[in-house]
Amino acid sequence: MKSASEYWRRNIKLVVACLIVWFVVSFGFGIFLVDTLNSISLGGYKLGFWFAQQGSIYIFVGLIFFYASKMNKLDREFDVHED
Amino acid sequence: MDLKTMTFLVVGATFALYIWIAIKARASTTAEFYVAGKGIHPVLNGMATGADWMSAASFISMAGLIAFKGYDASVYLMGWTGGYVLLAMLLAPYLRKYGKFTVPEFIGDRFYSNTARMVAIICLITASITYVIGQMKGIGVAFSRFLEVDFTTGLVAGMAIVFIYAVFGGMKGITYTQIAQYCVLIFAYTVPAVFISLHLTGNPIPQLGLGSTMADGSGMYLLDKLDLICTDLGFAKYTAQKGSTLNMFLLTMSLMIGTAGLPHVITRFFTVPKVRDARSSAGWALVFIAILYTTAPAVGAMARLNLMETIQTGEVGAPNSNLVYAEAPSWFSNWEHTGLLKFEDKNADGKIQYYGKGLADKEASYGWKGNEMVKVDRDIMVLANPEIANLPNWVIALVAAGGIAAALSTAAGLLLAIAAAISHDLLKGIFTPNIDEKQELLASRIAMGGAIIVAGLLGMHPPGFAAQVVALAFGLAASSIFPALMLGIFVKRMNSTGAVCGMLAGLGSTLVYIFWFKGWFFIPEWRMAADNANNWLLGISPGSFGAVGALINFAVALTVCQFTEPPPEHIQHLVEDIRVPAGSGSASDH
Repeated sequence: MKSASEYWRRNIKLVVACLIVWFVVSFGFGIFLVDTLNSISLGGYKLGFWFAQQGSIYIFVGLIFFYASKMNKLDREFDVHED
Repeated sequence: MDLKTMTFLVVGATFALYIWIAIKARASTTAEFYVAGKGIHPVLNGMATGADWMSAASFISMAGLIAFKGYDASVYLMGWTGGYVLLAMLLAPYLRKYGKFTVPEFIGDRFYSNTARMVAIICLITASITYVIGQMKGIGVAFSRFLEVDFTTGLVAGMAIVFIYAVFGGMKGITYTQIAQYCVLIFAYTVPAVFISLHLTGNPIPQLGLGSTMADGSGMYLLDKLDLICTDLGFAKYTAQKGSTLNMFLLTMSLMIGTAGLPHVITRFFTVPKVRDARSSAGWALVFIAILYTTAPAVGAMARLNLMETIQTGEVGAPNSNLVYAEAPSWFSNWEHTGLLKFEDKNADGKIQYYGKGLADKEASYGWKGNEMVKVDRDIMVLANPEIANLPNWVIALVAAGGIAAALSTAAGLLLAIAAAISHDLLKGIFTPNIDEKQELLASRIAMGGAIIVAGLLGMHPPGFAAQVVALAFGLAASSIFPALMLGIFVKRMNSTGAVCGMLAGLGSTLVYIFWFKGWFFIPEWRMAADNANNWLLGISPGSFGAVGALINFAVALTVCQFTEPPPEHIQHLVEDIRVPAGSGSASDH
């Protein structure tokens, strides 16, 4: 089961990458950097405010589907997929 | 047709639909009762998860909090959606692969200990009961308004309906009913939002309307106008930050981790056919949730704007620019009946003045003697919103049905999780392993009834607005269940002693911190210190403490496990096995 540990390592790498994006768009753009980003406008939205109340949510949805599709490929590559 | 008849008609029709579905899909075995026999398509499961997830707090309370807190309420928006990312990547696929019914069952097996299972049951019940209290507050608000009775009577009526409804179905019934409830609640939430957005900005999509210019010809952006009105009336600027950054960070984190640790949500991912479905199902759930969550900021901002413009009809301080009380629209007196909205004519001019502390130095020159809207319960905003915006009666009735659907679906899901913990884990798992399926089902139905009564009694004196009570529940789930599950999957070396110590330390510290400021068992007279920033440890509010509790849990568990025996061989194999999708069977009962 050498490949099992490699599969797990690749999975962890992908999870970490996704969670960095998750952290940056919500805590980063929505909270810590909100004042800086608010000097930029997106239509009637200030950008930091937009990330906090809209943008982060859209990116969360995208992230999950991205992770799911990457993992489906990984499952096949390591031949651990179901049926 | 008058509003009351219309409301009864619409709410009645949706109820008939739910009951019809519940009867059609009635559970006959324990497997169907707990996890619907695992045959639910991921998109449908996502939709049901959405309804399960979006409670009275999301539907009724959240936009109200946004309306009054503005930017600061972003914590709820990010916190209650971001948790799905954690769920999809850190828990759902592995728990599905493991393939049992309940969260304590996984914890008991993974940590090869009934003590661990017992502690997990305590964590689960504490978090879930707190959560149901929040739902009861929301149900009480909705029923008191539409039956035109006081809050307590509304709450009792709500309890009775939840009881009949939740005890009926079980997971299979609940899943299909929740799909119907999702459709009702999302329709009810977006329709008034579209109307109001169209009216205020000319843009029918609320998410875009919030960032558009006003349709009144001023050419001003809606959010800029709202900021302006807020500051003119002495309130804090809508888009500016009011609370501390530390609390915003910790509360958002608590809500996210708590979302991923809430048992009734996790159980949802046991009901999909495959591991890969568990991953995408979390995504679909978030899609359906995001429709409401991205609409809510528009609903909140527009409701606030409408409310202030209704009361302050002209220039601040000018004569005749305030709403005359005798001419107030009917929603005003309707909500006064419930006791959730109170007006006091402090300067006896027969007009309503609604303003914030920022006008303290000017009020005397206007002849004002203080803010006269002495109580505006934030939980009424979403329900009152269509009335404030003069929308037709059928829309108002629809919102009532939607709010009730949201509260019912979540209450049912939570009660099911509590019932499963008591009958499946506590009775069948630990105390009386020999009971048959019928007795187990009966025990779980009795447990549901008990939970409703406890939550209802506590809900009469809730420790906050619905969304805030719910936030406490998330803190509890975040500090206890999430770390135990995550360590069980990601740290092969984690043993039973470490996990148990971690859960107890996390739950204990968070619970004590909450009770210290909110009163032991949420009874306000029993609090140890006043609930304000001066008393808080490092300025951390009780609602935000869950993230700290989770950190304590992780730290204690990892430290203790270093100094105790590693888990036995077969447990280490079990961990290796749940990490790969291949070979997942359907759920089995031992």
